[in-house]
Amino acid sequence: MKIAIPMDENQKNVCVSFGRAPYFLFHDTDTNTAELLSNPAASATGGAGIQAAQFAVDNGANALITVRLGQNAADVLLAADIKVYKAAQGSAEENLASFSQGKLQALESFHPGFHGNV
Amino acid sequence: MKKLLIISGKGGTGKTTAAAAFIRFADAHAYADCDVDAPNLHLVAGQTGKPQTSDYFGSQKASIDPQACIGCGLCAKSCRFDAIRKNGNIYTVHEYACEGCGVCAYVCPRGAASLYDDIAGQVTLYPGERVFATAELKMGRGNSGKLVASVKSTLNSHAPQADLAIIDGSPGIGCPVIASMSGVDLALIVTEPSVSGISDLDRIVKTAAVFQTPTAVCVNKADISPEHTQSIRNYCLQNGVAFLGDIPYDPQVPIAVNDGKSIADFDCPATRALRKVYEKTIKLLEEVTV
Amino acid sequence: MKIAVLSGKGGTGKTFVSVNLAAVAANTAYIDCDAEEPNGYLFLKPEEEQTEIVYTTVPVFDAHTCDGCRKCVDFCHFNALAFVKGRPKVFPEICHACGGCTLVCPRGAVTEEKRAIGTVSQGVSNGIPIVTAALNLGEASAVPIIRAAVQKAGDNAVIDSSPGSGCPVTESVSGADYCLLVAEPTAFGLHNLRMVHELVTLLHKPYGVIVNKSNGIYQPLEDYCGKNRIPILLRIQYSKKIAKISAGGALAVNHSAEMRRLFEILWETTSQQVEQ
Repeated sequence: MKIAIPMDENQKNVCVSFGRAPYFLFHDTDTNTAELLSNPAASATGGAGIQAAQFAVDNGANALITVRLGQNAADVLLAADIKVYKAAQGSAEENLASFSQGKLQALESFHPGFHGNV
Repeated sequence: MKKLLIISGKGGTGKTTAAAAFIRFADAHAYADCDVDAPNLHLVAGQTGKPQTSDYFGSQKASIDPQACIGCGLCAKSCRFDAIRKNGNIYTVHEYACEGCGVCAYVCPRGAASLYDDIAGQVTLYPGERVFATAELKMGRGNSGKLVASVKSTLNSHAPQADLAIIDGSPGIGCPVIASMSGVDLALIVTEPSVSGISDLDRIVKTAAVFQTPTAVCVNKADISPEHTQSIRNYCLQNGVAFLGDIPYDPQVPIAVNDGKSIADFDCPATRALRKVYEKTIKLLEEVTV
Repeated sequence: MKIAVLSGKGGTGKTFVSVNLAAVAANTAYIDCDAEEPNGYLFLKPEEEQTEIVYTTVPVFDAHTCDGCRKCVDFCHFNALAFVKGRPKVFPEICHACGGCTLVCPRGAVTEEKRAIGTVSQGVSNGIPIVTAALNLGEASAVPIIRAAVQKAGDNAVIDSSPGSGCPVTESVSGADYCLLVAEPTAFGLHNLRMVHELVTLLHKPYGVIVNKSNGIYQPLEDYCGKNRIPILLRIQYSKKIAKISAGGALAVNHSAEMRRLFEILWETTSQQVEQ
């Protein structure tokens, strides 16, 4: 399966923002390989969460690990059957390890959209 | 980094004055002015050092190549924002109304209309020990939400060690206010004791609730109308909003502002009252921060 | 004659000036374009109010006609459309209602339906027609509602605009013959006056300044107006008494003969400026 994680500028830690994270990490658990891609939504003037979620969908993600998520982005991911998990702040590596050990909880609370402005 | 946002609903209640005072009380090392339509904090925050400015690109805008335009007017007919007008034999784009939707570029039979990257404003950063980020939007530009996000991320990246960031927000309930609320731990609403102030307070409290932002209220120029100040206290009680105190009208405030100083640089009734509100705010901030 | 009242900074007295001016002028409507935080109705207390809903549009996709080509999603400049399981999905509050997706669809699968974003109310008080624009909470842009309100202005109106110098103000001022810039004699007030001055200049509107809450002479403001040849039409002294009257939602011109006289003079002066 492919897991998407929004990444910080340092390319190591999980970014607290989903829509405007500078990078996304796509980790393939079958091949144990990863790709770090620039997030096209980082400079969006609006609907950044939606665009970032679309990016995850288009890159074949099956799951997302994130600190928080807006309702609009969540709607996109839910419609695409992508499961969302709550990240612990820290490195992506730690979060992936926790995920494989089944320690991550599903993210159930989404904040309302910022109406095309964040 | 804990983030405190100061907003008001109604304009002119004293957001920036309160922000400038809190910055002194907290000895804040990170603060920002997110009132990108009418920034004022730089006039009283007393920052030093050489500012770095960078262009802010908002949404794209359309322009029509006058050489290529054949005057068919299809662009003007298709524009939903009334942004394209006839100009002699050709058509031109009114940049203030253009929203960058791309429809004119799509319908133009000659490829005369196209979109370009528009500089919508600028972000100014004062780096150093005390980081101050501010921004200004050009005339008639929208997307102030994205600019607010730029100001905040500039602050985040230049002052990662700061434990408290104070953000001076905008009046109203629209675009820039909604954007400034993203990721803040507490929004302090500075209101005034008048029917206008109360009406606007209700609208901003409800807006903050839509975005699940914890809020608290304080009343500025409270002695102008003790009855309305009491109404505000009651409103807060009824709506489960923390009431953190009131500040009297103080003629020292415009004097400080005009002198480019924070009111907290003076010992006066407003400063003493603001300090009490500040202390309660910090206490509340500790409680609501996850 | 349509007079727009603006201020770069909030809280300088736009509504104070607008409502009191509308109260002394004859045959003149009051239009509240501060759709985010309308306040004029608190002072003018309109009766027999009729409220109209203001709509924008939002696209609807016919799942059968749609063949999943994704041209609409790729076209949208606002990220209002996502593409999931081979079909477009719209996010209404992000949509700018530009009509682009409807145009680019090669199969005619996109139609548009209405979406409410705010209201425009019309009432009357003491013979003054009152129009109030109000944005629904959580909506980002007041522009379409202001546009709808301004269309109801008639020939004579006082337009109470939003604070600042952004899109909502530009819309409020669009039909105005003259702009009154309400300035506060402080460093903040001057800084924001510059911005709104720039705006009315760019929009080619004639204008004059009203100095409100004055407490002696604030020289930098006087210098700015002098240097830029901006007429100062009126200076209103700061008065705790007037502040309290306004705090209570009452019209200053009804409680102070001096205020009534000042506003009558302001109306005269403004009319003369417009004639020139």
